[in-house]
Amino acid sequence: MTGLFSDVFLSALLFGAVTAAVPLLLAGLGEQMSEKAGVLNIGIEGMMIAGAYFGFLAAFSFESLWLGFAGGAAAGAVVSLVMVLLCVRLGLNQIVIGIGLTLGLEGLTALLHHVQFSRTYPRLPAADIASIPLLADIPIVGPAFFQHNPVVYLAVLLVPVMVFIYRRTQLGLNLQAAGDKPAALDIAGVDVVRTRTVAVLTTGALAGLGGAYLANVGAGIFVPFITNGAGFLGIVLAMLARGRPLWVLFGALLFGVSLSLTTALQVAGINIPTDVIQMIPFLAVMIMLVIFGRQSSLPAALGIPYERGAR
Amino acid sequence: MSVDTAPEMSPDLEATEAVETGGLGQAILHRTLLTVGPIVIALVIAGLILVTVGVDPLAYYGYVIQRGLLSPTGIQQTLTRMAPMLFLAAGLIVAFRAGIWNLGVDGQFLLGAVTSAAAAPLLAMVMPAWLAVVIAFVMCTIVAMAWSLVPALLKAYHGVNEIITTLMMTFLGISLANVLVKLVFLDPGTTVPQTRTLPVEDRLPRLFDTTISSGLILGLIAVIAVHLMMTRTSFGLKLRVVGANPRAAVHAGLGVPWLTIGVFALSAGLAGLAGAVDVLGVQGNVRADWNPAYGLAVIPMVFLARLNGFASIAFVLLLSVLSIGGESAARRIGVPNHFTLVLIAIVLIVLAIVEYVDHRYLSARRA
Repeated sequence: MTGLFSDVFLSALLFGAVTAAVPLLLAGLGEQMSEKAGVLNIGIEGMMIAGAYFGFLAAFSFESLWLGFAGGAAAGAVVSLVMVLLCVRLGLNQIVIGIGLTLGLEGLTALLHHVQFSRTYPRLPAADIASIPLLADIPIVGPAFFQHNPVVYLAVLLVPVMVFIYRRTQLGLNLQAAGDKPAALDIAGVDVVRTRTVAVLTTGALAGLGGAYLANVGAGIFVPFITNGAGFLGIVLAMLARGRPLWVLFGALLFGVSLSLTTALQVAGINIPTDVIQMIPFLAVMIMLVIFGRQSSLPAALGIPYERGAR
Repeated sequence: MSVDTAPEMSPDLEATEAVETGGLGQAILHRTLLTVGPIVIALVIAGLILVTVGVDPLAYYGYVIQRGLLSPTGIQQTLTRMAPMLFLAAGLIVAFRAGIWNLGVDGQFLLGAVTSAAAAPLLAMVMPAWLAVVIAFVMCTIVAMAWSLVPALLKAYHGVNEIITTLMMTFLGISLANVLVKLVFLDPGTTVPQTRTLPVEDRLPRLFDTTISSGLILGLIAVIAVHLMMTRTSFGLKLRVVGANPRAAVHAGLGVPWLTIGVFALSAGLAGLAGAVDVLGVQGNVRADWNPAYGLAVIPMVFLARLNGFASIAFVLLLSVLSIGGESAARRIGVPNHFTLVLIAIVLIVLAIVEYVDHRYLSARRA
């Protein structure tokens, strides 16, 4: 077995798919929580790029990958704090502020990168890998799925955690109500603004973590505009998943495979322009939307700021 | 389901505010202060960022204005760069005023650009250049409109959120444009992956003795026509009703699905024309992986202008000065032109806050 269907090729392809999928998964899960609570978070791309830059900066300065992840998540949360103040507290237009945040942070991180790293382009050492005993020894599947940085397992574990929160906890119910009927939640004595604040801050932290993973593990380096639309893909995933965390995981893997296929095919010497392959997941999603479009549903109060007593 | 987030900065509020705060002169002063104030605040904040990265902000701003506005070559480049941005602004105004979030203008722009770059040089071989350019304009409009058809139909008949569909179509459009340039419309004459080049003499004529492309005039006409259509015609009124309250529009007997499709077609067609104006007036061809992403930068400008066509022209001029001056400063002072993005974002956010504070202040005075 050589070439396209060799074991090595397959496991490299799947390994790459998982690596590409993790930032999307984190962004998608984060965006899903915001949307559930009624906040359309277009600024997630900005939160991711902030996470990527500051995550890289922290990892590079402190020489610790874990501090890098923490720094990335913190940066994402700080950016989402702006979103909280302007859109959740003051009720400004979420799409306008979201686009503003995205543009501003893309520019700011590019500027900071230019000042600090544009001459040296430092790289991080290869990320630590935690192999899961036994499972990692399975041929093909083992190297592809069970020899990753611990953050990957955490990201996947987040899926059942999210399912549990949404299905079994008061917080999940509150989030749902904040998105569907915020006035009812208010009457029930729960602070809508606080509930949405929790959701948006969580989104920021997850998006920042996703960005930090992208820079620190995925690429090992920060370059301007590194997220390249990953945050927007997160929005797409969250909207397609319609509130179900497991669907975000499947969607992220689908996009991950096609992103990974691009590089893998080039390595295998098959010369299809990357652009053709990059179109596949979007085409698949559009076809799915055309077929299943009728059933799509989003929270009723999505994008509408809550103001007590307003009609 | 749709996301009912009709733009809040609606111009209709201004009239009532004007009446309540006093005379017309005072209202105009108020409006001007509300627009200029945030820009000044934003320049100061952005200046502080420049200081922290070790650049003298006054020197930087001075250089940007000098190269983007005051130098003869700079102002000509600036005015030429405005042409595609004006078309994009026109397309965005139609959509946003009708409550449709067409965030896919960059994909529509690129496909329009590739279509005209593919068609015009070939057509120019068999017919007069002016006719080739006209036909290329028509073709790119049709292609861009067709590209918006799927989001339009999904929105009109299935209520699928257009933010997600137009964003995806823009990713698809960028890739498709690259595929077309690299595989289909490749110029066999060069080794660089790019389309055939339209000879300079066949491009849109330049204005008088300058290097300014006449696309600028077309862009100005487009924005003003769109503004008048939205504010002075019954069709524009119908669109604004749909934008303000789709359910009320249904009750008023408006054919909302058709209007929705019409808005998408207009918006995308104008975005496609933006691509054509840039290619037929300035670039002459499309290189592989070319994506200036004007659309994402023009969106904030349109909001800053409160979806007003005339104000958009002023803000597009500002954006154009900043981007031409910024590119020049990037080469000379070493501040990357990404800084322009930071500046725009800060203006946008400061303006939104000032607007909010002003609104609160006014309603507090009324109460």
